[in-house]
Amino acid sequence: MSKDTSRRHALRVFGGTVAGILSFAAAKTAKAVVQKGLVSTGAPKGYDPTKHKWLMALDIDRCIGCGFCVEACKEENNVPQGASYFRTWIERYVIKKAAPGSGNMRGECIVDSPNGGRNGFPPSLVPREDILKAFFVPKLCNLCEHSPCVQACPVGATFDAPDGVVLVDPNYCVGCGFCIQACPYGCRFMNPETRTAEKCSLCYHRITRDLKPACVEVCPTQARVFGDLKNCTPDDPIMQFITKNKVQTLKPHLGTEPRVAYAGMDKEVR
Amino acid sequence: MFLAAAIQTATEVLPHIDGYVYPNEQNFLWSVLIVVYPYITGLVAGAFIMASFVRVFNVKPLEPVYRLSLLTALAFLLCAPLPLLLHLGHPERCFEMMLTPHLSSPMAMFGFVYAWYLMAVLLLELWLDYRADFVQWSRDNKGLKGWLYRLLTVGVMDTSPAALKLDHKMSLTISIVGIPSAFLLHGYVGFIFGSIKANPWWGNVLMPVIFIFSAMVSGMAMCVALYMIITKLRKQKLDIACLDVMGRMLFYALVVDAAIEGLDWLHRLYSADESIHVLKNLATGKLFYTLLILQALLGTVVPLVFLGLGQLFPKTISAAARTKIYAIMAVLILVGVAAMRWNVVIGGQLFSKSLRGFTTYKMEMAGHEGVTMALILLALPFVILTVLVKLFLPKRMTAARELHAVASAAPNTT
Repeated sequence: MSKDTSRRHALRVFGGTVAGILSFAAAKTAKAVVQKGLVSTGAPKGYDPTKHKWLMALDIDRCIGCGFCVEACKEENNVPQGASYFRTWIERYVIKKAAPGSGNMRGECIVDSPNGGRNGFPPSLVPREDILKAFFVPKLCNLCEHSPCVQACPVGATFDAPDGVVLVDPNYCVGCGFCIQACPYGCRFMNPETRTAEKCSLCYHRITRDLKPACVEVCPTQARVFGDLKNCTPDDPIMQFITKNKVQTLKPHLGTEPRVAYAGMDKEVR
Repeated sequence: MFLAAAIQTATEVLPHIDGYVYPNEQNFLWSVLIVVYPYITGLVAGAFIMASFVRVFNVKPLEPVYRLSLLTALAFLLCAPLPLLLHLGHPERCFEMMLTPHLSSPMAMFGFVYAWYLMAVLLLELWLDYRADFVQWSRDNKGLKGWLYRLLTVGVMDTSPAALKLDHKMSLTISIVGIPSAFLLHGYVGFIFGSIKANPWWGNVLMPVIFIFSAMVSGMAMCVALYMIITKLRKQKLDIACLDVMGRMLFYALVVDAAIEGLDWLHRLYSADESIHVLKNLATGKLFYTLLILQALLGTVVPLVFLGLGQLFPKTISAAARTKIYAIMAVLILVGVAAMRWNVVIGGQLFSKSLRGFTTYKMEMAGHEGVTMALILLALPFVILTVLVKLFLPKRMTAARELHAVASAAPNTT
């Protein structure tokens, strides 16, 4: 009998250890919930994220591919200098004319983004007379309503701020890269210095201080329009943009419901 | 400042790109270590299911591989988190996944699934199965070894028939719970990939099922190979009845695995969504050797044919020939499943989510995510298994195990 109790005792100790670990986890989770409310985001004290809803919109017909936005973003946000780390970049689409007699609507579409468009674009290799149309498309975080990156993060280091911005807490990110795989738009990268995931934050440290994001500030053609949907008048640029243009979003079929709006977008843009 | 940036950009070695990939996609994110991870967990799940055939379904001929299967599962399970840990940017924060899990993330479940499987299933089942032996061995052995066995009894020294029966009953219950747990362990790994809708190569409802069946196939093949190797090393006679049953199980699991993967491709080709062109190019181009040759032909079709022949003509193929067939097919299947993991993990990152181009993966030799590390991680379970076999798998089946066998046979005879 006493030996049976011994087995029971052994299992009890084992069960107790597991229960202890689990309750420790529950306590840590509770602590994390509290910490989330106090998370450091680069916003100044007194900033209330529930009173804003930030949005960026892009006018493809206005973008000239100068690359100032990419350069400004790199400098402002201390983005790693390499040609494979971008919070924002510009793509050039060159659509060739269809071969005569082919019956096709258009020819091949060639896309490039040398150094993310940071230094502008060299002349296209496609001869001018073969080009049906060409245009530039600035890319950045799409500020999804249902962000797959937020859903995928195993520790909640990336999160939807109430003001519509998707942020990463670099002090919490474990660097697994799951969010980077989950982003359908290629907007995230692993910062080789901090070894954490990084992305466009709409220059959170600026917008929470009534400044525009760096890319919007330097855009010479106003291809990038930025505003606060909760605090804007009908003549605000962002409202004007949405009112006057037929806007589209990227990869709408994935159900991520991107909020970043594009005007003048071609079907080739993904 | 600008000059320094320009020099850094110019000297940066970027991968070879065909077509267009998003600039950030030029950083190849999940390396060969993430190939090793599902391979190892698959072997765990497969080996455990092999053991369950003995315990739950009472497949008597498999008795010689029961303990070997469980020990194999344990050796690989102990190494399963290592590739993930080495891959993390901040491995020191790994416990956050368990302590503050984000419940919408499948990856956050890793710690729980792993802990459940290791502590509640595998270790308990092993302990209950071995307890009587530990008691016996602790009496038979002196010194460090005796002390170790005594420690492993956790002070439970009762070996009365009633106690052994209780052990067996509890062990059976755990085994029954263990089967869905093994499915959970590897189905979850499949879900990590299958849930990524951004990637058409991964985002697939069949992915967890494909992973489960490929895991069963690989785990069983590993048990076949290990049983043969250990028996040969010990200069013992191979139990052909046991091998025949393993061969049959392997064949059936492979049929289901091949059918599901075939269905996946059929569906992709027939529904032909926007990604089909890039995926077809991927399969016939960059993955030609690993997908079509290694995985499909050598890892699936050839074993299906040869194991199938063994099922169709069991009498005409001699025992020696069958043994050779099982050995070669087990190795081919193991290589094929490793190739399958490569095709999923690496293949899924070789094309751009813009569906406009391909990048390349340059595997490092050294470094914490290089091929050397991957080989070390693949070899480590075998080192652990060698120790486990030396300690817990004596050449002759022990008295306690025979008692268990009698106990388990008892209900059928009455």
